[in-house]
Amino acid sequence: MSRDTAINLIYLVSAVSFLVALKGLGSPKRARQGNLVAAAGMILAIVATFFKHVDGHALYHVPLIILAMAIGLIVAVPVARFVKMTAMPQLVAIFNGVGGGAAALVSITEFVHIKSTHPATYVTLEVLLGVLIGTVSFSGSAIAFAKLQELMTGRPVTYPGQQAINGVVGLGALALIITILVGSSTTLLWVLLGLSFLLGIAFVLPIGGADVPVLISLLNSFTGLAVAASGFTLGSNLLIVAGTLVGASGILLTRLMSAAMGRSLPNILFSAFGSVVTASGESARADGRSVRSGSPEDAAILLGYASRVVIIPGYGLAVAQAQHVVRELAEELEKKGIEVFFAIHPVAGRMPGHMNVLLAEANVPYEQLKEMDEANSELATTDVALVVGANDTVNPAATDDKTSPIYGMPIIHADLAENVLFFKRSMRPGFAGIENELLYNPKTTLVFGDAKDTLTKILASVKTS
Amino acid sequence: MGNTLLQYATVLVLAIFVGIEIIAKVPSILHTPLMSGSNAIHGVIVVGSMLILGAANTNLEEVLGFLAVILGTLNVVGGFVVTDRMLEMFKAKKPAAKAPTSDEVAQ
Repeated sequence: MSRDTAINLIYLVSAVSFLVALKGLGSPKRARQGNLVAAAGMILAIVATFFKHVDGHALYHVPLIILAMAIGLIVAVPVARFVKMTAMPQLVAIFNGVGGGAAALVSITEFVHIKSTHPATYVTLEVLLGVLIGTVSFSGSAIAFAKLQELMTGRPVTYPGQQAINGVVGLGALALIITILVGSSTTLLWVLLGLSFLLGIAFVLPIGGADVPVLISLLNSFTGLAVAASGFTLGSNLLIVAGTLVGASGILLTRLMSAAMGRSLPNILFSAFGSVVTASGESARADGRSVRSGSPEDAAILLGYASRVVIIPGYGLAVAQAQHVVRELAEELEKKGIEVFFAIHPVAGRMPGHMNVLLAEANVPYEQLKEMDEANSELATTDVALVVGANDTVNPAATDDKTSPIYGMPIIHADLAENVLFFKRSMRPGFAGIENELLYNPKTTLVFGDAKDTLTKILASVKTS
Repeated sequence: MGNTLLQYATVLVLAIFVGIEIIAKVPSILHTPLMSGSNAIHGVIVVGSMLILGAANTNLEEVLGFLAVILGTLNVVGGFVVTDRMLEMFKAKKPAAKAPTSDEVAQ
């Protein structure tokens, strides 16, 4: 068996491990195992690659390769290991972005490498696609990261003529691709790199913070496609298979996620134009109306008289790191014979499943978590709905107000419960920037303050009463 | 347009169908870990980066290849570690789960 055959066989094993992993990640029981299988397959592929011959010689610069890997390892492990759970979505965004960047670099370097051999037009096309998609994913992920990390506003960024400018940049990229295909100029390739970078930024800027999770999933899929394109250029089946798997499953996942928000993908990607107008109109209408607020002690009394309580968590819970206190409160209420469950909206938090992860971290029993539909069918017989850091996912405007940007998104109908306790830091609207009618509902009592403080105070009063 | 291209195209088309088929029914709570896991898998670009740096003849290629290996490694390592951390949270809540917790404290 020749060296190449052996290495390709190992690559085949790796590719199969990725398949098994993706399959496993779709079921709660086998998900963690699946991830480890993929990691093992990856290590196998990397080790095998060290023995590969390129252009008829063994790999040059092996010490440099090892040095670069060591740098990557030293940076990635602590970051991935010790960043807070709340910052997970940002991490996924950034690790996706660097992958896109790597794919773009691989494509461009391979082009420089093989240019003197006058590659066929289709090879050039693969390179161009790799550079374009990889770079868009890189700069787009960077902006998504900035939005989630709140380094910049989470609201859609719009400016006059945005669509026209984006159109020009997009067409410019297309024209460049055609020019490079004809002339195969390396200089123009660098221009394409810059233009793609701008395109990624322009593409992500108008997307609102609440939609960023769907966006990250899409960019993830893009990186997969960029990797597949690099695989074509390098002639590597492994890269083609892995990249395409991620690309195809990523697009399907993106669609599933946008369906969970009750919206179509084009609506999420391109609807921000003009949404600012709607949002400002909404807040103007809400001016001058009164809300009812209460102290944590009032809230504790209300809870004490309930026989069934539902807790509706949102991103605010994650920000306040209140998951442990909320679990304690739930336990305390159960001790008093009050039935407690958590209603989890599929897109609560910054990513689907964010709340499940957070509450699982605080040891909330899995059986207490109910998905949206199940929770909604029980809300009418619930005494108190406790909204902790959620906002848009309980906003009745999604069902009532056709002009609302979130119209059509399925929500948790907190307003069906007998009473609503709404924890808020301020009267500021939620991440989507939309006024919430529920705040003005006569059933609703607002408890202002940091969610963790408020919960701690309520817990203390519940314990003593 | 040789046979090689056709062979790669075949692989591409089959992988598209498998990719779609394999995650067709996933509960929404697993969307995030799945996204994160597939994020780690496209980190396989590190293999491509190694080949690029390993074939580099000029300084420019060396610099670009070096950067690519760093970025690719970040993607692989970060992707797998983050996914594992997420999935750690999904472990079953049984008394048996207490034991590893105390081990972690001991570390």
